[in-house]
Amino acid sequence: MKRWTKQMTRIAGLITVGALVVACGAGGRPSSGTSSGGGAAQVGITKDTVTIGATFPLTGVAAPGYSEIPTGAQAYFDYVNANGGVNGRKIKYLVRDDGYNPTTTSEVTNELVLKDQVFAMLGALGTPTHSAVVDFLNSEKVPDLFVSSGSIQWGDDPKAKPYTFGWQPDYEIEGKIIGQWVAKNMPDAKVGLFLQDDDLGVDSEKGVRRYIDKQIVKVAKYTAGNTDVAPQIAALKASGADLVLGFNVPSYTALSQLVALKLSYKPKWFYANIGADPELIGNLLSKFSEGAVGKANPLDGVLTTVYIPGVDATDNAWVQLWQKVWDKYGKNGHLTNYRIYGMSEAYAFVQALQAAGKNPTREGIVAAVEKMGGAAGPPLAPFRYSADSHLGISGMRVVQLKGLVAKPLTPVLVTDIGDAPIKEDDSAATDSPPASGIPEVKPAG
Amino acid sequence: MSRVAFGSLIGHLRRTPLRRNLIGGLIGLVVVILVLESVSPFRQGQFATMAYLGIAVGGLTVLTGLNGQLSLGHGALMAVGAYTAALMLHDVDKPLPLPVVMLLSVLVTVVVGAVVGVAAARLHGPYIAGATLALAVAMPGIASFFGDTLGGEQGLSVSTPEAPGWFADAVYFLTAHDVTGTKYLAYVGWIGLIISFVLLANLSASRVGRTWRAVRDDEVAAEIAGINVGRARVMAFVVSAACAGLAGGVMAMVVRIAAPSGFPLTLSLSLLTAVVLGGLGSLFGALMGAALLTFLPQTITGLGQSLGLSDLQSAQLAPLVYGLTLVLVILLAPAGLVGTIRNAWRRRQSPDAVPVHPQQEAMQ
Repeated sequence: MKRWTKQMTRIAGLITVGALVVACGAGGRPSSGTSSGGGAAQVGITKDTVTIGATFPLTGVAAPGYSEIPTGAQAYFDYVNANGGVNGRKIKYLVRDDGYNPTTTSEVTNELVLKDQVFAMLGALGTPTHSAVVDFLNSEKVPDLFVSSGSIQWGDDPKAKPYTFGWQPDYEIEGKIIGQWVAKNMPDAKVGLFLQDDDLGVDSEKGVRRYIDKQIVKVAKYTAGNTDVAPQIAALKASGADLVLGFNVPSYTALSQLVALKLSYKPKWFYANIGADPELIGNLLSKFSEGAVGKANPLDGVLTTVYIPGVDATDNAWVQLWQKVWDKYGKNGHLTNYRIYGMSEAYAFVQALQAAGKNPTREGIVAAVEKMGGAAGPPLAPFRYSADSHLGISGMRVVQLKGLVAKPLTPVLVTDIGDAPIKEDDSAATDSPPASGIPEVKPAG
Repeated sequence: MSRVAFGSLIGHLRRTPLRRNLIGGLIGLVVVILVLESVSPFRQGQFATMAYLGIAVGGLTVLTGLNGQLSLGHGALMAVGAYTAALMLHDVDKPLPLPVVMLLSVLVTVVVGAVVGVAAARLHGPYIAGATLALAVAMPGIASFFGDTLGGEQGLSVSTPEAPGWFADAVYFLTAHDVTGTKYLAYVGWIGLIISFVLLANLSASRVGRTWRAVRDDEVAAEIAGINVGRARVMAFVVSAACAGLAGGVMAMVVRIAAPSGFPLTLSLSLLTAVVLGGLGSLFGALMGAALLTFLPQTITGLGQSLGLSDLQSAQLAPLVYGLTLVLVILLAPAGLVGTIRNAWRRRQSPDAVPVHPQQEAMQ
């Protein structure tokens, strides 16, 4: 009994002390506002560095392919830094793994913004993952540049998300361009749609139906994560579809090809750009089939689209630049389309940073990107950035794969979401990089 | 008031578990306020994460440690809570008050937990694990199937609720700091954690807790003693589900989204590893486990990067170190971190005492 009393006295003491410490608070708000004055140094920018962050799936199911994007961007930033950086500032590029899990994305983005104090985010990947942080980034006023996802939500409402910018052609305009091409060139085809059941499938279907609503005989949707697509492919086969448009991620291109092989279903295949990297598909196919399907020419004859020249375009000046950069600054492996994708984002970021002037601010870089519409860069079509739209690249061309090489079937086709017509516009496709390989953009405005 | 009288008052308070636990809760609250007010916003975010993991692990450790049921489906129950909260906080102009949202998350999860619990009560050992595992596997599919209401693959975004005026004023009154969104969530999480831990500790010290332990140790004996074994098991499962629901509700707000990819099977498994790390049946151990789950990966990744490893290598280092920690704890401290320390303490007090096996450990 005595010991208890003693112990409890101690506890009571602790509480009292704790309460006292806590009570050293304000006791009430001062009546007038005490907002701290502005003019503070910009977050993430010092005299000789600019720190930016990115989240990518480096591990887990989404890692194949996507994990190569930041290695490409890093190689290009190393190249720029070795040549003096941007206005004397070296770019520090912090990459965090989110394993394609929005919970982790949220945690690591907190870390990048609150602990590492990045100036901006660049190319953060994934629709569900980035949805988890887009409001946070905008409320913290962190420029959220070039989100690596084709969802419309990154750019269609700049008033709600003033700091976020999309990158690749959104799924809706890709659907429109593919739909129009099919209506023109294969008007008698019975079309089946193979869709991922999220923005990718929904937006693409909306675009496709603008042109070939009547030609569609079957829509089969799969859920990412469920690797059994036999029911969907069987349903497409049963419907008699002789042209299948696949709006899916790479692993499902491989799965659909395997299942079709098993069911001896041989329609014409047309995969959206996101799911049609022949090298990755080859590797996945040979892995999924445990070697039964060879790596060689897995997608021979398949139709797809291209918006940034890929590794197969060896005579393209941009690809030659990327090859030079990768040979010098790349770590492991060889140049791939995913690395080119990362390098292109990095190139556009350097352009934006230059346009933001000698002393870039977060607001300044957002304003600069809004004026980047006509900037010369690796994409085949111009950006759509303006005060009213933060959507990215405006178009693409339809190609057919011959082995690993993409043969163009159309000029570059550009359009916008909604009713915007599809026009031919090769203006951006003929850009070539400056001799130094580093953009030379004058400060905007 | 004289010192003696004060001491005896405290002594009186200590005599019932409810009062003892309430005092513990109050101490906890003071510590939480002190910690949250002195750390950076980034750490506040991590503490919010630790809070929701702690609530879920606490619920699971009671289920497994006290009642002997092994659930691999607690991640799915968290998803139920998270989706309930998300549905109420998704694109609404005037959201319900937060306590109401949390309460509804708990209630909906309790209903789901009761259904699963009734099924689980008929099963034993690995079969319960199997049945709950099926739940964890099925949950993402349900979210996709009802894509129109649950947002499908990309989930429902959650707008972070703002701290109500009275709460912000109260915190300002005590600490002279304003309440930011992250800090508010951390407070919500930790208040939820303290409330649920006080209730759990109380329950475990009560008749109900004794019943659960009796069922865990020997079903036949428990039945002969007049205990309704089935009811006790369902009860335990429901209580545990309620915790998972609350955890899910807090999680939805902290993560700002409820999406199927946020509730992989590994979530359920890592909750279980946290139980093992901390010590089966110990609430304090649950807190330790949740702390390891929250802080270890980020610390290790940061360490890897400062050692000059590539981003990919540092990302792979975290699960490796976590796995090794788990193996080491199981090998060297099979009663978990807290359990082992407690056993060592008891041995020092009375050297002849038999070390307490985790299965027989009573909850403190």
